[in-house]
Amino acid sequence: MGIARYWREIPQRYNLIGTKCGSCGRVYFPPKAICPVCRRKSIGKMEEYKLKGTGTVETYTIIYTPPPHFEGEEPYAIALIKMDEGCYLMGEIVDCDFEDIHIGMKVEACFRRIEEDGTRGAIQYGYKFKKAE
Amino acid sequence: MRDVAIIGSGVTKFGELWEKSLADLVAEAGISAIMDAGIDGTDIDAMYIGGMSAGRFVGQEHLGALAAEVSGLSELHIPSTRVEAACASGGLALHSGYLAVASGMYDTVIVGGAEKMTDVAGKEATNILASAADREWEAFFGATFPGLYALLARYHMHKYGTTPEQLAAVAVKNHHNGSMNPKAQYRREITIEDVLNSTMVADPLHLLDCSPITDGAASAVITSVEKAKEYTDDIIKIKASAQASDSISLAGRSRFDALPATIEAAKRAYKQAGIEPSDIDFAEVHDCFTIAEIMAIEDLGFFKKGEGGKAAEEGLTALDGEIPINTSGGLKSKGHPVGATGIAQIHELLLQLRGKADKRQIEKAEIGLAHNVGGSGGTAVIHILEAI
Repeated sequence: MGIARYWREIPQRYNLIGTKCGSCGRVYFPPKAICPVCRRKSIGKMEEYKLKGTGTVETYTIIYTPPPHFEGEEPYAIALIKMDEGCYLMGEIVDCDFEDIHIGMKVEACFRRIEEDGTRGAIQYGYKFKKAE
Repeated sequence: MRDVAIIGSGVTKFGELWEKSLADLVAEAGISAIMDAGIDGTDIDAMYIGGMSAGRFVGQEHLGALAAEVSGLSELHIPSTRVEAACASGGLALHSGYLAVASGMYDTVIVGGAEKMTDVAGKEATNILASAADREWEAFFGATFPGLYALLARYHMHKYGTTPEQLAAVAVKNHHNGSMNPKAQYRREITIEDVLNSTMVADPLHLLDCSPITDGAASAVITSVEKAKEYTDDIIKIKASAQASDSISLAGRSRFDALPATIEAAKRAYKQAGIEPSDIDFAEVHDCFTIAEIMAIEDLGFFKKGEGGKAAEEGLTALDGEIPINTSGGLKSKGHPVGATGIAQIHELLLQLRGKADKRQIEKAEIGLAHNVGGSGGTAVIHILEAI
């Protein structure tokens, strides 16, 4: 991913900054300019909101055929996490045996390296998930 | 709005067609549809062509003008538009053409879809396909396209007890149907064991749960029902043409046992046609992965939610079953040149409705449905056709 494209989403990737609708209270990640439930009523009322980073595995898979930027990392686990605030995030599950991963498992976000832009390019970081303490 | 009919269609052979370019494929499909319809170029008022990513697969954009040119229509200067909705681009091209004819803006329109996927290496093709998903919030974190459907498969298995054998039964059935389709990419039968023993791509999906990378094109000619009578007695009416959208990312949704866009598009299509799911005799559904067919036959209302796997296993969707699904072999066996798929489905409906599906002809084919999905359900396009 290009530097500028990665850089402008650093608040989300590093600190899980989403938005909360000032009208209904729903939390969204990534941030939304408008609440899809309240629509017009939410305009101008979407506030920045930092997720706690804790959630539950809703479903998961083990990837054996990776995309180019994950080559050599396979196999690895990808899960859809229901965050405690109610929104969903997609991310890798790390530091965990595949056999232990299950639907309903409690996880917490951690800060990790995602990809490197070649051997001399920028290293791009972001969130992954590990089993909650 | 006036009634619209399909008066002709054509498809190229699907497969790894190294000897053919994108332009060759578009021309071949377009010309065969025009010949099938028995019309002349001067009868055509406009063209709509679906293509997901000619820009990245062969470095060629501006597909609308290119398609008109290679189909011999450049001297007529017809309006030609490329439409894109990832793997639903073909279905969307038909929907766009349908709107143009139904509105009265144009009388006769040629619609098509094409994708030339094997001019890049397999890994690059997979990466391009991942652009149908959310690049920044799914693909960036390591999710692949099969991975997204694997997440849905795992969820379905957990919630409803769907088994790997039931997923495999979809692939086995579609390969059986495809073995009788001369245009199909893989014309060989496979067994449940073959599927379960094939390489794991994204657990629980094996290689043989996945549709292949394919070159191919398809085309169809549509006109008003009234005008269709000038060309043929064999009128196939478009009873419904519906489209729905949804969050492009899975994480942006609230349910994972279905594709909500399919449910919504189906609701609109059945309402427009004034029929119920039980009135559909057969369907071509978007089986990009085996789990996708299982969810589709539930979301379209043919089977209760959670019973799609069982239906596949018990043969209810076979050629001689309660409701034959993917008589062409589906995306799985026929192949999935993404932009062409939606129109190729329409071609199969036409063959069945006209009684020309040869060895795979089903007994009762009066009303057929085509279901075309973009990405992991960001777009769904549904058409219902009837022989009148």
